[in-house]
Amino acid sequence: MLVSDWRGEVMAGSGTAHMRNTVDAVLTVRDLTVEFRTGRDKVVRAVSGLSFDVIKGETLAIVGESGCGKTTLARAVLQLPPPNSGEVVFDGTDLTTLPKENLRSARTSMQMIFQDPISSLDPRMTVQQLIDEPLEIWGRGDRAERAERINNLLNNVGLDPELVLNRRSYEFSGGQCQRISIARALALDPRMLICDEPVSALDVSIQAQILNLLQDMKDRFGLTMIFISHDLAVVKAVSNRVIVMYLGKICEVAPPETLYAKPAHHYTKALLDSVPVADPTRQRKATLLQGEPPSPMNPPTGCRFRTRCNAASAMCAEQEPQLREVAPGQFVACHHPIS
Amino acid sequence: MSSLLSVKGMNINFDTSRGLLEAVRNVDLEIPAGMSVGVVGESGSGKTVMCRAAMGLLQGSNVKRSGKVVFDGRELTAMSKSEVREQFGSGMAMIFQDPMTALNPVRRIGSQVSEGLRVRLGMSKKDALARSKELLELVRIPNAAAVLKLFPFQLSGGMRQRVMIAIAISCSPKLLFADEPTTALDVTVQAQILQLLRELREDLKMSMVLVTHDLGVVAGNTDYVAVMYAGEVVEFAETKKLFADMRMPYTEALLESIPTIDQKSGARLAVIAGRLPDPTDRGAGCSFAPRCKYAQDKCRNEHPELKQDPDGHLYRCWFPIGEAK
Repeated sequence: MLVSDWRGEVMAGSGTAHMRNTVDAVLTVRDLTVEFRTGRDKVVRAVSGLSFDVIKGETLAIVGESGCGKTTLARAVLQLPPPNSGEVVFDGTDLTTLPKENLRSARTSMQMIFQDPISSLDPRMTVQQLIDEPLEIWGRGDRAERAERINNLLNNVGLDPELVLNRRSYEFSGGQCQRISIARALALDPRMLICDEPVSALDVSIQAQILNLLQDMKDRFGLTMIFISHDLAVVKAVSNRVIVMYLGKICEVAPPETLYAKPAHHYTKALLDSVPVADPTRQRKATLLQGEPPSPMNPPTGCRFRTRCNAASAMCAEQEPQLREVAPGQFVACHHPIS
Repeated sequence: MSSLLSVKGMNINFDTSRGLLEAVRNVDLEIPAGMSVGVVGESGSGKTVMCRAAMGLLQGSNVKRSGKVVFDGRELTAMSKSEVREQFGSGMAMIFQDPMTALNPVRRIGSQVSEGLRVRLGMSKKDALARSKELLELVRIPNAAAVLKLFPFQLSGGMRQRVMIAIAISCSPKLLFADEPTTALDVTVQAQILQLLRELREDLKMSMVLVTHDLGVVAGNTDYVAVMYAGEVVEFAETKKLFADMRMPYTEALLESIPTIDQKSGARLAVIAGRLPDPTDRGAGCSFAPRCKYAQDKCRNEHPELKQDPDGHLYRCWFPIGEAK
């Protein structure tokens, strides 16, 4: 297998045409690259030269298959671990150059909700201790004030404080655990919430409850959200802008209405076609994506999707497509976009 | 129409420290030969327990079973453990939800796929490995010869699920139980696996029980659907009829709560408020009544019996959708 050298070429991204460069941006990420060394000279190129911005009050969704770098991207924003290169400007400060102590306090205003609600809560702590922990660490109020805050938070996420305060996470269902996680994430009044597949471990009936709750919390506390998911149907309900990622790069950026009605990238179309339709009379005769994404250790040259794309031509192997605007607000990185 | 598997009056209770847990209550289910039947319901509705019991996999001393299971003309519930075991592989096979943990992590793929062939069909090691390679090709695993030598951790989730399917079909079973086969997978891989199951079912003339919580998965992949709630079958019909003419409010609520790519963005999703009732205390009335938007006094006090429409559509509701209230 041909493996590119660690010290070798710089992986170019798919451009910055979709950046809005406004003063309202809460988070601006430029040219973010995350690479992991595995073994002597192998490199996993998890995120390659990715840029995006999130405007205050907006929900940005990031969609893609397992292994496309969604979670790595979210963690790199929180500097967990810091990216190899690029900048992450949150509220006017570049987190990548911030001293450790300042970074710790900056992180209080950006919180994360994880995929597996049961394993992301410490099973030895009661719900009261779980939510109190961040408040106590940051010295938010005395004991009585914190207790009141905890009660408010639990009420907000639809749990009865009297019934849950002294119980531990294993006594709750997945949906209830996710509510506790949300209460904990909101404890420090964050400005931004990063949700990493918050509903993919839940039943459909519970999914809808948690999605609605996140929407409510966003409205009530004026939050800005990054919402990561592999399920385009889930994303549509909650987002204002969608980024479709493939193998560490952006394929397409668009508002959900445009993206779902007129996908321009062949990968977006394939993702849409694989969502099951709950109607036996309207089954799609779609051509499915064949195979699985190539290894991020050895990504294809040019367009990274070309090895699974029906429209790929010789140009796709040679030139890296750059993001360009094909409709108002819709940007696509493809040499042969669907028109 | 002859049924391959018939479940009659199945009750499965577990003795727990909290009291008797009623996991499956009075379930009747027919799986017609060559057909695919979906079993749909939320976590905890008894889908998996029902399937495992139908296969004779629930043997613990705390399990209280009653009812009759007839598979291919033979009564499983009257057989000894070892006689039931004889049915596995060539009679019935199962694929499990989590492809990450269902495979043995310290044995090579080849040895796991060929095990059934050697034990059930008495093949030699060499023949079994050759057949294993064909099976991996059948489930569209590229470079099958090399994959035989790999360990499960070297494969992706989708590939592992393909290996599970290869193992399940290795002895040409008549009936395949697929318990949430795609829940742990990405949508794109889910679509591939479902398509593979459809094709295999046609080629091998296999019947299938597809257990899932997603009505979207059921719609394109089954001929009949059984909807389960709180351990009971609450609706059963041909898939087309069920989606065209739902009778049970629970099925309707379940369908409405699925996020779709057609809905308006930013719109609120319909939810089923509340949660499943406590399995140790099933109450007197309809189990769904506390969460049902049409519930009336009768629903809370009297348990509805299974009713049947002239076209065979079964439902368990006092005030089914489409009838004057």
